[in-house]
Amino acid sequence: MYQISIDNLNTLFEKIAAVRSLYMPVKKNDQVNFHKWEEGTEYCKDELKTVKSAKDLFFPQSENIVAFKKEGKKISVETGELPSEKFVLFGVRACDEKSFEILDKVFLSEPADQFYKARRLNGLVVTTACGAPEESCFCTVFGINPAEPKGDVTTWIADGKLFWQANSEEGKAFTEEIKDVFVDGDDSAVEAQKKQIAEIMEKLPLTGLSLEGWNGDVTMEKFNQPQWAELSEACLGCGTCTFVCPTCQCYDVRDYDTGHGIQRFRCWDSCMYSDFTMMAHGTNRPTQLQRFRQRFMHKLVYFPANNDGEYSCVGCGRCVSKCPISMNIAKVIKAFGGDKK
Amino acid sequence: MQKITGLAKKRILELLADGTVTKVLGWVPGDFCYDVTPAYFETAEEVEGMIYDSFCGANLSKYLINGCKTLEEGGKILVLLKPCDTYSFNQLLNEHRIDRDKIYVIGVGCKGMADIEKIKAQGVKGVTKIIDNGDTFEIKTIYGDKTVAKKDVLLEKCLSCKGKEHKAFDEVIDPEPETEQEIKDRFEKVKEVEAMTAEERYNFWSGELSKCIRCNACRNICPACSCMKCVFDNPRSGVASKANTDTFEEKMFHIIRAFHVAGRCTDCGECSRVCPQGIPLHLLNRKFIKDINEFYGDYQAGEEEGQRAPLVNFDFEDVEPSIVEEKGGN
Amino acid sequence: MSANIQEEKLIPIQAVITEVREDTPDVKTFTVVAKDGGKMFDHMPGQCAMVTMPGVGEAMFSITSSPTQGDFKQFSIKRCGLLTECLHQLEPGQEIGVRGPYGNPFPVDTEFKGKNLLFIAGGIGLAPLHSVINYVRAHREDYGTIDILYGSRSADDLVDYDEIVNEWQKEDGINVYLTIDRPQEGWDGNVGFVPTYLKELAFSADKTAIICGPPIMIKFVLAALIEMGFDKTQVYTTLELKMKCGIGKCGRCNIGTKYVCKDGPVFRCDQIDELPNEY
Repeated sequence: MYQISIDNLNTLFEKIAAVRSLYMPVKKNDQVNFHKWEEGTEYCKDELKTVKSAKDLFFPQSENIVAFKKEGKKISVETGELPSEKFVLFGVRACDEKSFEILDKVFLSEPADQFYKARRLNGLVVTTACGAPEESCFCTVFGINPAEPKGDVTTWIADGKLFWQANSEEGKAFTEEIKDVFVDGDDSAVEAQKKQIAEIMEKLPLTGLSLEGWNGDVTMEKFNQPQWAELSEACLGCGTCTFVCPTCQCYDVRDYDTGHGIQRFRCWDSCMYSDFTMMAHGTNRPTQLQRFRQRFMHKLVYFPANNDGEYSCVGCGRCVSKCPISMNIAKVIKAFGGDKK
Repeated sequence: MQKITGLAKKRILELLADGTVTKVLGWVPGDFCYDVTPAYFETAEEVEGMIYDSFCGANLSKYLINGCKTLEEGGKILVLLKPCDTYSFNQLLNEHRIDRDKIYVIGVGCKGMADIEKIKAQGVKGVTKIIDNGDTFEIKTIYGDKTVAKKDVLLEKCLSCKGKEHKAFDEVIDPEPETEQEIKDRFEKVKEVEAMTAEERYNFWSGELSKCIRCNACRNICPACSCMKCVFDNPRSGVASKANTDTFEEKMFHIIRAFHVAGRCTDCGECSRVCPQGIPLHLLNRKFIKDINEFYGDYQAGEEEGQRAPLVNFDFEDVEPSIVEEKGGN
Repeated sequence: MSANIQEEKLIPIQAVITEVREDTPDVKTFTVVAKDGGKMFDHMPGQCAMVTMPGVGEAMFSITSSPTQGDFKQFSIKRCGLLTECLHQLEPGQEIGVRGPYGNPFPVDTEFKGKNLLFIAGGIGLAPLHSVINYVRAHREDYGTIDILYGSRSADDLVDYDEIVNEWQKEDGINVYLTIDRPQEGWDGNVGFVPTYLKELAFSADKTAIICGPPIMIKFVLAALIEMGFDKTQVYTTLELKMKCGIGKCGRCNIGTKYVCKDGPVFRCDQIDELPNEY
């Protein structure tokens, strides 16, 4: 397997950045998020959970979709260009990589979202195995293997080295472009790490969650359960869980008067917000209980029903660590009896 | 803490049993010793599941707004408030957002609340258990154990603790002797920011505010943000509040919010506690508090019921700070 | 595989308003064509389109005209919010943005064929049915009897009143029943709520009912129909929810496993029973 010493990672990054933009987990103002690598940027190799997930690179929090000019009774529609930046998304964890698959089901199904599609085609995903998972991790519940993330390229950081394995055709072609930074060698450290990760996952408190009973035609059964009232009673109705979630994909479309034209943009929205379904004559979800229930029903019942049983959660645990009142999908699953541990 | 929890539960059960209260607002434990959630309790069985420990940093006073509104006829809600929470409670009373007659306050003693982010910043990962030993936390993790000093991992708001005295209560449960705590000047960082050049200050705030993800957690948790409908949720406001752009939305949202709570903010620190991106929002509020103190004399919002806030109370001694005055009156 | 901005469904096409008709004090009907005067897109009765006024926003409206009426599209729009208020200010010649069509139409060429049809509408709820009624009139031989029960708050609030009395009512084989909520000077028709009038009219249950109106009316009409012997599989309606994309992605109109914008807005009432009660 190709490998490079951790001490030489900058050589690898320089090489990549010379041909494509390179994004990776970087600490800025004390928080780790995906940022563009530049000379001197420090890669946060141990960070498991960037605050914002990697979905931001394919489905950015805000993006312009079209502009208008108005003159008297005339309007003109000014269509811009699709994003064209070729980039490498480095250091993606298994959970976030899986989230792309879930987002693809939404945005690439007909009619495909062209902005998302352009970014997906332009982006090469390099994943990194999770050497030291945390207590809030439960990706294995959703069938994800943190020791063997997918993506165009998979990497492992073990034994002072980064191991590089190209998976897809694109990944292999890209590897050819940069392969002279690597050396070939023994990859027993990778196998050892995989084994170790599996053992750690067993010990984590949330990996015993069971999704039994969520799949299938259970909409009405789950919807009408009494647990929702208690689970949602302390919910603040903020959008933290939604905005840190790698699979939440609801969006708003709004116009903004720039002073010299109208810019129509699309931005992340949250079903937890009271104005999410608000129309002139009212809203169909007036209570936080309803909004709370919608978010989890969507992830655990509605989405799988429409997508061959695939849940819209990857167990990354961001909501677990970020919710201001510590209410999260793991607690929801538990409240419905899904805890084996 | 365990002592308080035991005594509080005992009193709650008595008050529920004799009908003094019908509902209780407290905290329930989560999965990892630190992820407690505010919760309502109505039965003795539910009260058994209640917790009060070093991770109950959440200020429960804002829940009383909805709690009072949804309370059944003749009902009364019991709430557990830490000393600093009672300032928010008084402020909500002063703003007529909650109904004192419908609330029974048990003031619970507090030795400072822990910040799990600060604990994790010390290299803690994979927490399985946290044992509170008074001055230290013994943390068990799947990667090994670690002991941290409590004073090093306190929530930001606790570093400048307002004191251990409850400013509103029906009864207080505080059986443990007071311990020495070093109190940090809460304006220390504000002064540091004030001393920056305009450019440095701009860069400081740009760097912090550019992290904002528009989740509104700061607003929704804030006891002073109790408007029925926020101006930023008004489709006619002309601002694109959900847009994550480096313009008005990013620069101004938090500053405007700080203006809206100026003079009413008790400095409970919840905004900074809940910010997923760790933006030090409390600094904006503290800047306003510091200015108000300098202009009108020391004032602490929520210190007592019925007090008049300087910004809504005119007297002839009031200063009228303005650019004109600052530049010499010409 | 490649991405192409021209295929982006969120971008509206330019259109122009050719006519504005004031139907009631708060409803106007706008006739819209493509900027070059031609057809914007094909649609079928019951489908919707997103109408844009740049700077104000975009919202989903039912297309009121039938494709049999010509290349234009009509939208009957009630003034009730930010965008509709703005639209009501517009005059002929004004350009707007439109995109569509969205959603499933009423099954006019399948399930409705050969059936006796009973249309029941309240207030602005006539808008989506208007398209079906005119489609059915244009293919009259394909359908059985046609009954139209339409009610509104007052005589002034009856949308399309001229067309109803001058065209629909005069056509053989179409029975129109109008009702208003409260008595009014100069009104000699029925007075009373739609569900009550429906029961009085005692239609036979050999019909397919198509209903649209305020949620509360739909609820009572449905109950009345069941009482009259209708089965839920004979009753169709169309739902209205907040929508932003129209293509089942933005998440707003999601109820249960359905997205109203693409799986609806037309539903058979037995299908609605399978949805959580959030519409």
